[in-house]
Amino acid sequence: MNAVDKSLTQEQESRIIAASISEASVKFGTLTALRDISLEIDSGDFYTILGPSGCGKSTLLRLVSDLVPPASGSVKIFGKSTEAARLAREFAFVFQDSTLLPWRNALKNVELPLEIGRKRNIKLPTGDRTPHELLELVGLKGREDALPHELSGGMRQRVAIARALVCQPKLLLMDEPFGALDEMTRDHLNLQLLDIWKETGTTILFVTHSIPEAIFLGQKVLMLKANPGRVKDVINIDLPMPRKIALREDPSFNNYCSQLRKLLEDC
Amino acid sequence: MSTSETTIAKSSYRLSGHTVKRLYNFSIPLGTAIALLLIWQLGVRIFNVPIYIAPAPSDVADIFYREFPLLMRNFWPTFMESVAGFFIGNLTAVLIAIAFVHSRLVERAFFPIAVFINTIPILAIAPILVLIFGPGMTAKVVIAALICFFPTLVNMVRGLQSVSPQALELARILSASKSEVFWKIRLPSSLPFMFSALKIASTTCVIGAIVGEWIGANVGLGALIIESTFNFRAPLLYATVFISSGLSVLLFVSVTIAEKLIIRW
Repeated sequence: MNAVDKSLTQEQESRIIAASISEASVKFGTLTALRDISLEIDSGDFYTILGPSGCGKSTLLRLVSDLVPPASGSVKIFGKSTEAARLAREFAFVFQDSTLLPWRNALKNVELPLEIGRKRNIKLPTGDRTPHELLELVGLKGREDALPHELSGGMRQRVAIARALVCQPKLLLMDEPFGALDEMTRDHLNLQLLDIWKETGTTILFVTHSIPEAIFLGQKVLMLKANPGRVKDVINIDLPMPRKIALREDPSFNNYCSQLRKLLEDC
Repeated sequence: MSTSETTIAKSSYRLSGHTVKRLYNFSIPLGTAIALLLIWQLGVRIFNVPIYIAPAPSDVADIFYREFPLLMRNFWPTFMESVAGFFIGNLTAVLIAIAFVHSRLVERAFFPIAVFINTIPILAIAPILVLIFGPGMTAKVVIAALICFFPTLVNMVRGLQSVSPQALELARILSASKSEVFWKIRLPSSLPFMFSALKIASTTCVIGAIVGEWIGANVGLGALIIESTFNFRAPLLYATVFISSGLSVLLFVSVTIAEKLIIRW
């Protein structure tokens, strides 16, 4: 008991917990979407979340981002309640559909988070990067004035990522952000996302339904199982960073694929 | 010198090519209209139709030219009533739509009444309004406003509710206040719906003003329609109808231009 406590305090000195979920459940009416989820995510980690459809992957992100309340248990973001973290803009969300405002051009969409709350004097964390630089970071320099309908699906999603980064979030929640894109665009954005992750040092929780994407991006894969949603397993992906597209031909990559596929079948 | 001349020649050539295509697109409906007018003209002349039953286009054109000051004297009051009714009716509809979207209670209390008022034919309610507001301009403005009101209310409520659930989730994650959600998300997303409603209103408000003038007025296109009918001045009646439709077109085109300028997405 004592030894465990000691090792815990030692660990806590060296690591910062980005998100800590303890025995949290989410209910929609009589339906239990998530049951007894316990999870600690270290700051700076890249987690991918996999699971059969309807297992509550998106609900987990919505729980962390204060969009749905826990029915029981608790969620802490950097030691704060989810509401306090939301007000402090500790996290940002990237949706499956880019959710850009169609009447605003790319730059204005990226600036949206900076406009909201300004009149109420909410203190916003301002990043080192200006909206212009963020658009450059996601490879959209020169397209600042383009309206969303003038951009391709991949470009719109990159604008959404730039918008998410504008308040320099310590935790980035991504709900199948590349799910609707073609494979080439997806590969390209996967690489770009890894670069962004490395450069910003943010923590990422990334929901996907693609096994290769989960392995390619994640340091850890969180596997959920359905009815009700629970944690099945957390799989460490010991593949070297930075990752290259060629990694997908690697036997070790394929081993992870088959391992995860088997796990998914058992769900 | 010579190169600049060739560029000018080229650009003017390209311009004229473009113009030719536009003229061509325009000429088909215009040609059809002219042909129909010619048939009308010939029909009236061949069958010797009396002028008070159906005037030939040339008779209408003649009156249009000679009575132009009279037509304009009656155009302006109708124009003012239509435009005032347009603004009052639509503004009220937009404000009530905003109230509906923000409060379920207000919607449940007033929506059935709005539907009921809409089911009363405008021709039936117009005399009541003339009795209440008297023979001046006010009654006509109120009738024009009333006729604009309902389509805009329904469209605007739909427009304000058309925000995607994800956009609202985004607003929540950014901790946006209710007024920020309204000004930055709800109102802009409702604009395309609002403009479809305004296009309908731009033509119906003219109908409202004219109907109001039928009931009781000394000036206005509606009054002129009644007067020329009773005096068997058919060419003047036709010219007045032509001006009335011109007023509707003018308002419709103005709304369409405003839409093009505002909605670029």
